[in-house]
Amino acid sequence: MATMKDLRGDVSTWCPGCGHFSIMAGIQKAIIELGYEPHEFAIISGIGCSGKVSEYIRSNGFHSIHGRSVPVAQGVKMGNPDLKVIASGGDGDGYGIGLGHFVHASRRNIDMSYIVMDNNIYGLTKGQTSPRSQHGFVTKSAATDNKEYPVDPISTSIINGATFVAQGYSGNIKELSNILKRAIEHRGFSHVNIYSPCVTFNKINTYDYYKENLVTIEQPFESRDEAVKSIRENNGLVTGILYEEHRDDFQTKLGIDFDMQSLESGKMDKELLNSIQKKFE
Amino acid sequence: MRQSIEWMVGGQQGEGIDSTGELFAKTLVKYGYSVSTYKQFMSRIKGGHSNFKLKATKERNYYAGDKIDILLCLDKESLEVNEGYLSDDAVVIREGKEISVTKNDGSMSYDILTVPMKKIATELGNPLAKNMIAIGISSALIDLPKDLLSHFISEIFAKKGDGVIQTNIQAVQKGYDLTNEHLSHRISSLEKSDKTDQLFISGNEATAFGSLMAGCRFLSAYPITPASEVMEWLAKELPAVGGTVMQVEDEIAGICFAIGANYSGVRAMTSTSGPGLSLKTEALGMAGMTEVPIVIVNSQRGGPSTGLPTKHEQSDLQQMIYGTHGEIPRIVLYPATIEDAFYIAAESFNLAEIYQCPVIVGLDLGLSMNKMTIPSFDHSRVNIDRGKLITNEEAAEYDEAFFKRYRLTDDGISPRPKPGMKNGLHLTSSNEHGEDGYISEDPELRVKMMRKRLEKVKNAMIQEPFKLQSSGDIKPEDADVLLVGMGSTYGAIGESMIQLNEEGNETYAHLHIQQLYPLPLNELTSLFKNKKIITVENNYNGQLLLLLRQYLPIHEHSDSIVQFDGNPFMIKTVLEQMKKVV
Repeated sequence: MATMKDLRGDVSTWCPGCGHFSIMAGIQKAIIELGYEPHEFAIISGIGCSGKVSEYIRSNGFHSIHGRSVPVAQGVKMGNPDLKVIASGGDGDGYGIGLGHFVHASRRNIDMSYIVMDNNIYGLTKGQTSPRSQHGFVTKSAATDNKEYPVDPISTSIINGATFVAQGYSGNIKELSNILKRAIEHRGFSHVNIYSPCVTFNKINTYDYYKENLVTIEQPFESRDEAVKSIRENNGLVTGILYEEHRDDFQTKLGIDFDMQSLESGKMDKELLNSIQKKFE
Repeated sequence: MRQSIEWMVGGQQGEGIDSTGELFAKTLVKYGYSVSTYKQFMSRIKGGHSNFKLKATKERNYYAGDKIDILLCLDKESLEVNEGYLSDDAVVIREGKEISVTKNDGSMSYDILTVPMKKIATELGNPLAKNMIAIGISSALIDLPKDLLSHFISEIFAKKGDGVIQTNIQAVQKGYDLTNEHLSHRISSLEKSDKTDQLFISGNEATAFGSLMAGCRFLSAYPITPASEVMEWLAKELPAVGGTVMQVEDEIAGICFAIGANYSGVRAMTSTSGPGLSLKTEALGMAGMTEVPIVIVNSQRGGPSTGLPTKHEQSDLQQMIYGTHGEIPRIVLYPATIEDAFYIAAESFNLAEIYQCPVIVGLDLGLSMNKMTIPSFDHSRVNIDRGKLITNEEAAEYDEAFFKRYRLTDDGISPRPKPGMKNGLHLTSSNEHGEDGYISEDPELRVKMMRKRLEKVKNAMIQEPFKLQSSGDIKPEDADVLLVGMGSTYGAIGESMIQLNEEGNETYAHLHIQQLYPLPLNELTSLFKNKKIITVENNYNGQLLLLLRQYLPIHEHSDSIVQFDGNPFMIKTVLEQMKKVV
């Protein structure tokens, strides 16, 4: 069985106290407790502080580009359905530049997990407004306080057909690793948004703020509508599994007996060539 | 007796112009002829003038021709737009109220047969069969055996039942009758030819087919003219071999899915056109940096921006070679013919895996969307080579707890395990990295890694004979002037060269460059020595000549012939422009 040491990759450069540490530990813990080996996973990350998670967890990491971890991860899963695939990124990565992919992944339902480290700010570029920054938020990148309203990520994935949607908080690692275990084992697209305080740049959404405001959801809601209603009533400040549905994932629905991997070096297949060539005669 | 025919059908888009053209073309192929075609169309589903042109000859041809011997006009514009191309003894068939035969009384002399085709078809019980009447008229004009047509009609309408088949065959018969009755003096038989073992196929189809044969099992893309057919053809054919196509949300997802699939160890590709390639360039850089193989087919159309979405152009050369920030390894190929598109597409997957870098296969609308006859493909001309992809056992021999994916080697290419292998655990990174993939900004390591990536493709070459193409009897080394092109100008340049040699004092030869990056510098240096280079290209800047000047000593009197009006070159344009540059 894998140990924490087996899953330790490069040395972290995150700030002391960063919420991302707990999220990484939660992912590692989930892998261990579920009994997987590091090579059975592919962790595809985007860009930003969160993007470094693919380097810090010893696994098959793919540190991709800004906003594109989700399409790369889906391609990996299409290529090798046996891999457990996790895409990970931050709120800027996933809900700003990569929002389109997130919506489409939700409705497509490829069997993978998307874990978003949501710190409501752009951290690595030193503190600009993010698509998750709250209304009135003041940062150096905006001429005024934030006149826009934040993206509602968990309602978005629920409305668009994701089959597992949860929200966690990096200050509650016990709940978080349970959510992550369930998300990883869920067959289909699982989306986990995780509040992860940026201790350096975000002075609003702090550990104290979340401690005071988060409401725990004990049981997933029966319907998508009820889940969204609760999220809206609580101003998004909920944790727990909000919605889960069991239906065939994309590859099962496609029903193709995938044998994409087995190509060997050698001559082209003469019989196959001739059989297709006939269509052009 | 005729030994060739140039034929066009024109009408409103949505009237079955393509299918009518294709039926006539296939009939001529079965009659043993070599056929080239060109479709003109607009960016709309219905309405607007479109036409389908073909040239059929006994010898292999690569060019749909400058003139028209028979013109079928299903709308008014067909004659207005194309009159200038009619040959001296052309026959024009057009829709009209009453049957009549007239002679054009203007400056040109051609016969016009006016026929109420719609009305006759309606009387036969199927107004849609009017195009078959037109086909019957033109087939009778060149005395084609009727059973050839009946054969295809039965095939095309098989699903629609005997009734439809019979009305269409009757419509063809009606066409034959009309010609015999009103235009018998204009019948001139097309001599039977004996070409067999021919395929009638478009560049997009050949590219997709070559990819499938090379073991490509996954394509992710977004619909775009003129590349969509690559996706559509593979969507039909891949499931049977255990693969699939995904039409994804956007161009960026198109390339990212394919990069993910390639990383997992599958031969995967994406297909697009210029606007899509623009969107894909950041991810293209990722493939270069992470050393993940990928094949990108870019079928060019008229740019910039939305430009001329259904028109022909060759203006993405610089984007294909230079596009993306920073410097990455890449290979850019551009087939001259539909036949070579098959082999080059297949080879591109080998190159992508051998050199672990993106390979862009350039096409253009002319090459992509038009069908041509070519010889059957030969399986023995392509060898599948997966490069340094290693097995779990091979990975185990390195005995590393974490596999060095970016191991520095003599040739710059690192052994590549697949994710999922117990002994091949590794990190792939778009950040600058060390051998283990971990982020590094160490200046010395940076220099080593840049050299590794960029030098590994310095001598990357597609196997012979696919680097260069030429045509005609005069070898490029024996000429005074080299006409140099890329892609679908192959036929027009080849035929222009023959005429130039008949007229001029200088000796002309034809060279088509199929590997555009890195250029085959050794061959080109010796070929270009003491020769004037005239590039013939469909863009404003003469991008091919600019590229050649960047890497090679070029004769001072070299020049470019360019055309960027959305149409492919015609021989007469090449000849006119040649007068100005030579």
